[in-house]
Amino acid sequence: MKFKALTIALAAAALFGGNALAADVKLLNVSYDPTRELYQEYNGAFAKYWKAKSGDVVTINQSHGGSGKQARAVIDGLDADVVTLALAYDVDALTTKNLIPADWQKRLPQNASPYTSTIVFLVRKGNPKQIKDWNDLIKPGIAVITPNPKTSGGARWNYLAAWAYALKQPGGNEEKAKEFVGNIFKNVKVLDSGARGSTTTFTERGIGDVLLAWENEAYLAVKELGPEKFDIVTPSLSILAEPPVSLVDKVVDKKGTRKVATAYLEHLYSPEGQEIAAKNYYRPRDAKIAAKYAKQFAKVNLITIDEVFGGWDKAQKTHFADGGSFDQIYEPGRK
Amino acid sequence: MAAATTSVICAISNIFFSTPDASRRRPATSEAFWVRAVLIALALAFFGLFLLMPLAAVFAEAFKKGWSAYAAGVVDADALSAIKLTLLVAAIAVPLNLVFGVAAAWAIAKFEFRGKQFLITLIDLPFSVSPVISGLIYVLLFGAQGWFGAVLEAHDIRILFAVPGIVLATVFVTFPFVARELIPLMQAQGTDEEEAAVVLGASGWTTFRQVTLPNIKWGLLYGVILCNARAMGEFGAVSVVSGHIRGRTNTMPLQVEILYNEYNFVAAFAVATLLALLALLTLGVKSLIEWHAADGGQQNAFIERGEK
Repeated sequence: MKFKALTIALAAAALFGGNALAADVKLLNVSYDPTRELYQEYNGAFAKYWKAKSGDVVTINQSHGGSGKQARAVIDGLDADVVTLALAYDVDALTTKNLIPADWQKRLPQNASPYTSTIVFLVRKGNPKQIKDWNDLIKPGIAVITPNPKTSGGARWNYLAAWAYALKQPGGNEEKAKEFVGNIFKNVKVLDSGARGSTTTFTERGIGDVLLAWENEAYLAVKELGPEKFDIVTPSLSILAEPPVSLVDKVVDKKGTRKVATAYLEHLYSPEGQEIAAKNYYRPRDAKIAAKYAKQFAKVNLITIDEVFGGWDKAQKTHFADGGSFDQIYEPGRK
Repeated sequence: MAAATTSVICAISNIFFSTPDASRRRPATSEAFWVRAVLIALALAFFGLFLLMPLAAVFAEAFKKGWSAYAAGVVDADALSAIKLTLLVAAIAVPLNLVFGVAAAWAIAKFEFRGKQFLITLIDLPFSVSPVISGLIYVLLFGAQGWFGAVLEAHDIRILFAVPGIVLATVFVTFPFVARELIPLMQAQGTDEEEAAVVLGASGWTTFRQVTLPNIKWGLLYGVILCNARAMGEFGAVSVVSGHIRGRTNTMPLQVEILYNEYNFVAAFAVATLLALLALLTLGVKSLIEWHAADGGQQNAFIERGEK
């Protein structure tokens, strides 16, 4: 019975697959949650660019979800030609299964991050609780919304930004930072698994006073749901988030799509790609485009993960692995 | 949803139509008027609050920005591909489970063999495990790091994150519906008619086709309808094995979630209304079949069980 199911299912798949082959090139971009709008726009632009350059028709399929979960799916066999995830650690996970070489981050400029972002606060219109900076988040009665650092890339950036803020305060040290972040998590009301889930919890379900969010996610929420409902607050210090991109070598070599997939990632660095990123509220790397959109992004004192935490590998082990600092401070229900 | 509706309707009908015979003989068992009124009000309030209102809300949200926005949400290329995929998956999973369900019910109800109880337990397995686990089973079997991962890759066969995986997960989750519907019915009918047919010289296949099948046809249809409803509506198991590739491996329930997360509320609820309509249609057909079966009079076992 199982076997029969398999045969028929495979026959159906062959039919479907046959249709797919009729088109020219198909790429699959496996990405994290908040990039839906960015890649929707970029994919159209790249298809045009590639048609003009090579004459081939390229269709890019998208899959979105929590960054860690998406990396897991690629490891389990999701046929991604390229991954565009929230943080380097999740792409690093692919190296352990020999899907990509260990030096993947050296293959493209700027640590393979064509755009950057940072963490900001989204608050209710008029900022009724007067939330201005990280230390306002630990005040009693402030309800904080953030995704779960165990599953969400954005949440890990949130967590580390708060930690870095506490470290940089006068007399700050690791012990105080841990207590500070612990106090923030005492105010966390809902812990969704992905960034988009948290955004809908805050905006649609109306829970919480402040959402810790990707800058691009916060701007998008304001644009989609109305500037009359929310304000964006930029804290005094935040973290430079570098969402990286990479080819998945094993897949592109098997499918024979290395050339077009490489072009797809490289075009992200072109003026056109950079402009699309900026329009979707990602901070562009290109100086010219950055200058053009300078007004859109608040000036923030940005620290990097390398200078404060010694890179993702170390940060992941210290803070988010089993028994790490997050497990030590976060006990649901603790008052 | 179907089960909840049935139980509510049963509750209401029990209150209204307590058999006159019984009440005349034993008036003490009849409730006072106010008790009945309160129970009816409670049942109706529950029904309205938890079933009718959410349904109305889905349609209200879908038509919030008018008919054209609704239509645009439904005919969007990704939505259409999700609808197509959902129909395809149901078209494969339901016939498979129909054949399996009849075969299993036949074996269990008409024959005695060792391990029968074990087989019945196995059939119930998909009901008792969480759909997420049902999906993960296939990741563990067919994932690139799974048991058969290397073999599948060597032969370039794609199961996970493709249509076959979605079909497999759906088949697993909807496994018990037909068999569960038929087993009690066939057991109640016994083996007398089949034995008579065999004694009169009918072959096994003829016996099945001319004696067994006509006896179970309404129960079978009922099981198929439930199986179909679940196959189209399944979320958890399919979500694990789908890979969520837009326009390729998203079924309707997954598409609803994606659209909702993209602030595209009208389109999300528009696709949701299609699923809701499907559910209503299923309920309609189900009632029709129950009514038909009751009319036929022959399928007493099936109907009695439904009203108990």
